[in-house]
Amino acid sequence: MTRRLLLLAALFAASRVDPALAERLILSLSSNEVAIGSNYTGSRLVAFGMIERDGQNVPRDGPFDIVVTVLGPREGIVVRRKELLGPIWLNRSQQKFVQIPSFLGVFSSRPVGEIMDGAMRRKLRIGVDAIVNAPEFTIDRGGDDDPFRAALSRLKTRDSLYVENPRGVTFVSEGFFRAAIPLPAVAPVGSYEVEASLIANGVVVARRQANFELVKTGLEEQLTELARERPFLLGLGTAGMSLMFGWLASVIFRRD
Amino acid sequence: MAWAGAGALQIYLPIAEMPVSILLLLAMGAAVGFVSGIFGIGGGFLMTPLLIFLGLPPAVAVATQSAQIAASATTGTLSAFRRDAVDGRLALVLVAGGFCGTALGVWFFAALRRAGQLDLVIVISYVTLFTVLGSLMLTESLRDYLSVRRGTARPRRRAGHHPGYFHWPLRMRFPRSRLYASAIPILGTAVAVGFIGAILGIGGAFIMVPALLYLFRVPTAVVIGTSQVQVLCTALLAVLLQALLNGSVDPILALILILGGVFGAQFGARAGRNLRAETFRFLLAILVLAVGLRFAIELVMRPTEAFSVTPSETRR
Repeated sequence: MTRRLLLLAALFAASRVDPALAERLILSLSSNEVAIGSNYTGSRLVAFGMIERDGQNVPRDGPFDIVVTVLGPREGIVVRRKELLGPIWLNRSQQKFVQIPSFLGVFSSRPVGEIMDGAMRRKLRIGVDAIVNAPEFTIDRGGDDDPFRAALSRLKTRDSLYVENPRGVTFVSEGFFRAAIPLPAVAPVGSYEVEASLIANGVVVARRQANFELVKTGLEEQLTELARERPFLLGLGTAGMSLMFGWLASVIFRRD
Repeated sequence: MAWAGAGALQIYLPIAEMPVSILLLLAMGAAVGFVSGIFGIGGGFLMTPLLIFLGLPPAVAVATQSAQIAASATTGTLSAFRRDAVDGRLALVLVAGGFCGTALGVWFFAALRRAGQLDLVIVISYVTLFTVLGSLMLTESLRDYLSVRRGTARPRRRAGHHPGYFHWPLRMRFPRSRLYASAIPILGTAVAVGFIGAILGIGGAFIMVPALLYLFRVPTAVVIGTSQVQVLCTALLAVLLQALLNGSVDPILALILILGGVFGAQFGARAGRNLRAETFRFLLAILVLAVGLRFAIELVMRPTEAFSVTPSETRR
């Protein structure tokens, strides 16, 4: 899987982080594996972090900001638009997005618009808009795909798959923060990347990454595996189930 | 999508990868089962749009509801055999034609998907097929009703007076259906129904039932039992093929739909037995027409959201 998005973001970040600066970030997740069982209706993770300072350099003053970005497994999707053809509405134009994050969460201690200006946000991929509008988000074909990007972002937001919470990061004490990450039930299984950025005066001072996996467990895992490894068996089983219950009902309700 | 998860008693569907309310699904399965029991149809053309409306991936909805249809059809077939309301020879011919049509339809389905025109073909087929079929059936049934009220009973079919296609070669005798006709138009109908069914993701009994009633004048009692046998065979084949080729059969979803469906079908079958043939035809016409109009409205109304997001096709 290519990770163009993160790679680019990381490259930009690296160029922006001043090595002489004295701050380091520590990041930890409340769980590294989120299990999906039969009663799964979504989940909630917490990211904890700490800003560490070495004693040698003079601590900078001024406010710090934290932005936590969560990227779900990449997926390919097609966005279609209905257009009027004669009297009827049809899906006519479409735009493919090959490698977009299936889940995207941006949690910050302040609205990202206040943390840094638009040009910088786009450069550093800070905020949902900046990530969705980044050139590597799609195979660019001029500005034609802009309405499709906007629609994608809107529809994903409607399903709680793209989330931006400007109050998502709270400082528990000086230098210690937490961010709640809500995962909707429709968030796909796979590997999720969490990245925290420490920002001071509109400059990223430090970054730290962590991962968690969303996995199916128990019966859900076995059934998924069966569907993948032995699909004929699953089909036979389901067909058998149909026959058995159909027969059972006819026995129960028999009135001769 | 939001209200698919509303209410208590949620269960996570492993293949569809989303949670749904058990009670809602049971109720839907029971309602569709009831209707399918009354009319001797699979009910797929009602269940598939309902499941998709709930936010389930269309592939999973189409594949999994076949299991419910198979279960309801099992009960229907057993009870039809018990009442001796099945024409075995006719069923055999229908199943043979249906399997050929299904195979052709699956192939055409893949070709359309590659060409990117599948959605359009599906919606237009739904609209044309259902509105035309529904209107024809409704007109016929209303004309019957009016002539009965006026007391001028319409001339029933006279012995020996048959449409021309009855006289084609390969004539077969179907004593149970009081039918002596060429096997070619019957096979042709079965192939066409299987073909359309595979493309639209439905069992196709709702086309088969009126075809047998109107084109071949098979008695109502035999039509229902015989089409149940055909539906059962097609649905079982569909479950196997869908699981094997698309991996989109969700066993948990299937179980819930089956449980709701088989019991609903029982009550439906009982209600159907008390229906008079004219009422039966009228109600089936209304149902088919309603589904067609619903799709037609979707086609001409300005959509509230013009954009839609679908996963792009991945080769398995």
